[in-house]
Amino acid sequence: MIDTLRLTAEGAKKLLDAREVSGAELFAAYRGREDDLHAFLHRCDDPGGEGIPIAIKDVIGTKGVPTTAGSRILENYVPVYDATVAARCKAHGLRLLGKTNTDEFAMGSSTENSAYGPSHNPWDPTRVPGGSGGGSAAAVSGGLAPWALGSDTGGSIKQPSALCGNVGLRPTYGTVSRYGVVAFASSLDQVGPVAKNVRDCAFLYSVIAGSDENDRTTVEVPATELPTGDSLRGVRIGVPKEMNEAEGIEPGVTAAVRAAVELAESLGGEVGECSLPRSVEYGVASYYLVAPAEASSNLARYDGARYGLRVDGDDFREMVMRTRDAGFGDEPKRRIMIGTYALSSGYYEAYYGTAQKVRTVIKREHEAVFADFDLIVSPTSPTVAFELGAKVDNPLAMYLNDLLTIPSCMAGLPGLNIPCGLSEGLPVGLQLIGPQFSENTLFQTGHVLEQALGFDVVPGRLR
Amino acid sequence: MARITREEVLHVARLARLELTEEEVGRFQEQLSDILEAVSKVSELDLSDVPPTAHPLEIANAWAEDEPRPCLPLDEVFANAPDREDDYFKVPPA
Amino acid sequence: MTWQPVIGLEIHVQLKTETKMFCRCRNGFGGDPNTQTCPVCLAFPGALPVANRRAIEECIKLGLALDCTIAERAVFHRKNYFYPDLPKAYQISQYDEPLCSNGKLAVPSADGDVTIGITRAHLEEDAAKNVHVAASGRLHGATATLVDFNRGGTPLVEIVTEPDLHDAETAKRFLQLLRQTVVELDLSDAELEKGSMRFDVNVSVRPAGSSELRTRTELKNMNSFNFAAKGIEREIARQIEIYESGGEVQQETLHFVPGDEESPPSRSKEEAQDYRYFPEPDLVPVHPPAELVERLRAEIGELPGARIRRIADTLSFYDADVLVTGGLDRLWSALVGAGADPKEAANVLANQFVATGISPDAVNAPELARLVSARAEIPRPTFDEALAKVGDPNFSADPYLEQRLVADAGELDPVIDRIIEANPGQAEQFRSGKEGLLGFFVGQVMKETGGQADPRVVNERVRAKLQPESDSS
Ligand SMILES: [Mg+2]
Ligand SMILES: [Zn+2]
Repeated sequence: MIDTLRLTAEGAKKLLDAREVSGAELFAAYRGREDDLHAFLHRCDDPGGEGIPIAIKDVIGTKGVPTTAGSRILENYVPVYDATVAARCKAHGLRLLGKTNTDEFAMGSSTENSAYGPSHNPWDPTRVPGGSGGGSAAAVSGGLAPWALGSDTGGSIKQPSALCGNVGLRPTYGTVSRYGVVAFASSLDQVGPVAKNVRDCAFLYSVIAGSDENDRTTVEVPATELPTGDSLRGVRIGVPKEMNEAEGIEPGVTAAVRAAVELAESLGGEVGECSLPRSVEYGVASYYLVAPAEASSNLARYDGARYGLRVDGDDFREMVMRTRDAGFGDEPKRRIMIGTYALSSGYYEAYYGTAQKVRTVIKREHEAVFADFDLIVSPTSPTVAFELGAKVDNPLAMYLNDLLTIPSCMAGLPGLNIPCGLSEGLPVGLQLIGPQFSENTLFQTGHVLEQALGFDVVPGRLR
Repeated sequence: MARITREEVLHVARLARLELTEEEVGRFQEQLSDILEAVSKVSELDLSDVPPTAHPLEIANAWAEDEPRPCLPLDEVFANAPDREDDYFKVPPA
Repeated sequence: MTWQPVIGLEIHVQLKTETKMFCRCRNGFGGDPNTQTCPVCLAFPGALPVANRRAIEECIKLGLALDCTIAERAVFHRKNYFYPDLPKAYQISQYDEPLCSNGKLAVPSADGDVTIGITRAHLEEDAAKNVHVAASGRLHGATATLVDFNRGGTPLVEIVTEPDLHDAETAKRFLQLLRQTVVELDLSDAELEKGSMRFDVNVSVRPAGSSELRTRTELKNMNSFNFAAKGIEREIARQIEIYESGGEVQQETLHFVPGDEESPPSRSKEEAQDYRYFPEPDLVPVHPPAELVERLRAEIGELPGARIRRIADTLSFYDADVLVTGGLDRLWSALVGAGADPKEAANVLANQFVATGISPDAVNAPELARLVSARAEIPRPTFDEALAKVGDPNFSADPYLEQRLVADAGELDPVIDRIIEANPGQAEQFRSGKEGLLGFFVGQVMKETGGQADPRVVNERVRAKLQPESDSS
C-alpha cells in the first residue's frame, strides 16, 4: 500500500522505477484520498503517464483547467495557455492532481480570504493552514499530494509550510518565471516548491527555475545541487537579534528555534548574532504600501470585458464598477484602495515613493549582514497555526503574521522553511535566508539540519 | 496620524472602479485608516539621500528581437468572453 | 491691443515594426478583428510584457534626428485608467525617465529658421480600437461598444514640443517636416488618414510681448495638415475675441470631426485625471549602450530640414520646401545632375510629375532629364505621354524626342494660307489693326496640326503673311 502521508516524491520515483507501483496506482493513491481539508478548489483526473503527481496553487494558470485565484471574479475562468512553471512541470512528466486553495489573489495568511472557503490545517482542522498558499501546504502534509507549487509575495509559501510542517522555498526573485501566474505584486511575486523534505524541494525547484523568454525579469540560475551529507562545518549562520526576539513570538516557537540553532552549532555551524533593526521595524509598513500599490494596478484588468465575471450595467463604467464590487472580496478591495491611495497624486512621494526608499534600506541592511554570514535564521512565523476565525475581523493583526518573512521578500532574497519541532503539538517553522542565488547553500544547510532534527512530517492525529 | 475621510474613501473607490455599499464605505473607512496609520511608519526614517528600489534585481536591457510569433486562434481569444458580437468583444457603451 | 498665439504640439507616430511593442503579435493594419492578439495584448491573467528591441532603437533614432539627449537610463511607467480599449487598464508608457528629451527641430522658412523645442520623445503602446454601434437590443435604446485588439500594443513614439510655435502656418510646416523625417528614417508610414500619425494641438493666446501662459484649449482629431492650420487659426481668433469682449477662455478639449473642416468641433471639459504613474515592475530599465546610440546616429542621413536649406540656395524657398516635403528632392538632384535645368526640373516635378502618381524611386533620372531638357521642342501631348511612362523599368526618352515640333516654314505655309483664306473677315480686321486676332490664327494652326507645329515659327509666319508690306522677304 502507498502511504501518501509519508511517501516523498523521491520515494515515489523509486517505487515507479522499480515497477513496484504503476503510474496509475500512484496517481489514484493521492486522487482517491478524500479532501476533508478543502485543500483543493479543483481536482483533476489522471492524464496518464508515469510521472510524479503534483498539486498546483490556483493562482498559477493551467491550460484547460480552471484557475480562479480564489476569487469570484475568476469563477469559471479557464486559461488558454499554461504558466511557464506549469509547462515545465508538464514537460517533466509531472501529472496535475488539481488546483489548491489560496487566499483571494494570494492576499492573506490563512486562506480564510478564499472566496470558496478556507482550508484546514492537517495537524488540527480547527486551525488555519496559513496562507496564502494554505491549500498547497495542507495538501502536502495531509497526504493529498507528494509535493506542490505555491507562490510567495510576502510569505505565502514559507508561512503555510511552517504552520503545516512542510519544507517550502521562496526562491530568489528572478529565478522562477511569473509568466502565466495571476499577478499580485509583480516586484515581489515568486513561485516556489512545497515538499515533505529538502531534497524534494530542491529537485522541484530545479524543474521550475531558470530564465524565461516570456518573463524578462528572470535570469539564468546556478545549477541546483541535490543536498547530501551531515555536517555544517564552516557554515556561518547569523541569528538576527530583532527577528528572533521580536514581540509576538510565542515562547514555544522561540524554544524550538533556539534548539535548532544549538543543534546547527553542534553540527559545526559557526553561529553568531547579527542585526537587521530597520528591516524588521519597517518591513511590514513598506510592504503594505508597495504590494497594494502594485496590486491596485495588477487587479485593474478584471473589468468584466474579456473574461471572468460580468455584472451588467447601462454603460461601460457602471458595468466595471458593479463587476468589481461583486467579484472582489474585502481583502482585495482593501488592498486595491490602499494601493490606489498610495499612488494617487499628492500622496505618491509620502507613501509609495518613501516605501521604495525603505526597500533600499532593507536591501542594504541584508547585504551588510551577508558580508559576515552565509545565511541567517529565525522563526518563519511568530506563532503556530491559529484558530480559524481568530483574526478575520482584524486585518492588521493578520498582516503581522508575515513580520518575519516580509523583510527578505522586500530584498528579493531566497528563504527556506523547514519544520524544527512542535509547540502545543503544532509544527514550528525555522526560516533560513541567504543572499541572492544562494539556494544551494539553503538546501545543503536545511538538509543537514532536517536529518539531525528528525522531525516527523506526518501530522500526529493521522499517524 | 493619517485618518482617511469618507470622501477620500469614495474618491479612491471611484478611481479603482469599486462600487461600494453604504455599509462597506463605513467599514473600509475604519480599516483603511488603521492600515494607513500603521504604514505611515515609513515616514519616520530619514531617507534624504536614499535612492528608491523599484525592483530587487539590478538588471537592464532585457528585451526580445522583433520577430513575429503565432497569435491566438479566435476560439481561444473568445474562450472566456462574457459577451461577443461577430469577432469583437462586446461591452456596454463607453 | 495685439495678441501672440502660443501653440504646442503632441504627436503620436506608430512605428512599423514587425511585431507589437510588448508582445510578438504581428504589428500591422487591417487584419480581421482580433486575429492579431495573444494573452499579452488581451491582458489575460498572468501575461507579461516583453519589450521590442527594434522599437526601442527606432525611438532612439528619432530622438537623435530631433537633436534629443538620449537618456543613460530610461524607465517604463504604468499610466492607470479604465477604458474598453485598454485591456490591462493601464498603458505602458514613459513618465519622468523618457528615452529622449530636450531636443529641437529647426523649421526652415522664407525668412530663416524657426527653431521648435522638443520636450521629449518617448515610447509607449497604442490602445485598441473601439467601434461604437447601435445595440442589438440587449440594453434597449442604448448603444454598445465593440472592441478589436489588433491595434492594441502597436509601438508608438510620443513627441511633445515646447510651446514655441506662434502661428498656424509654422505649426503646419513643423508637422509636415516631422512627418517627412520619420518617413525618411523609415520608422513609420505616418499616414494621417490611417492614423499612423496623429497629433493634438494646444492653443492659447497672450498679449504680445508678455511671457505669461494663459488657459489653453486642446484641439483633437484634425487629420490633415491644412485642416489643422485652419482649426488653429479659427481657435486663435475665437480666443482673442473672447478676451477682447472681456471674457475668459475655458480650459477644454475641442474634438473636430475628422475630414469635416466646416462643422464646429464638439467641446468637452478636461476632468482632472489621476493616472497614478509608477515604474512598470514587469519591465527592467533601458540603458542604451553608447555603441548602439552611435551606430544609430551614423545611420541618419542628411535630414529634410537641411536639404530644404541647401536647395533653397539654388531655387526659391517655396520650391525647395515643396520638393523636400513632397519627397521629390532626391529625384530633382538626380535630374539636375544629369543636366536638366534646376528650375525646369522643379516645375516639372512639382506640377506635372506629382500628378502621375509615379514613385520617384522608380524613375530613370537620366532619361527623364533628357525629356525635361527637350520639353520646349516636343509636342505637349507627347511630353505628357512620356512623363506618364517614366516609371517603366526600361523607359527611354528616344521615341518621344524624335517627335520634334514642326518648325519648317515650307511645311507650315500651306496650312497657314488655307486658314487665312477660310477666315477673310478676321484677316481684314487684323490688317486694320486688331492685333489681338493673331492668337486666333496661331490657335487655328496649332489645332490643324494637332499640336505638332512649333508655336514660335507659326507666330512669325502668320504675321508675315497678314502684313506682306512690312514683310522684308
Ligand atoms: Mg501618449
Ligand atoms: Zn499580442
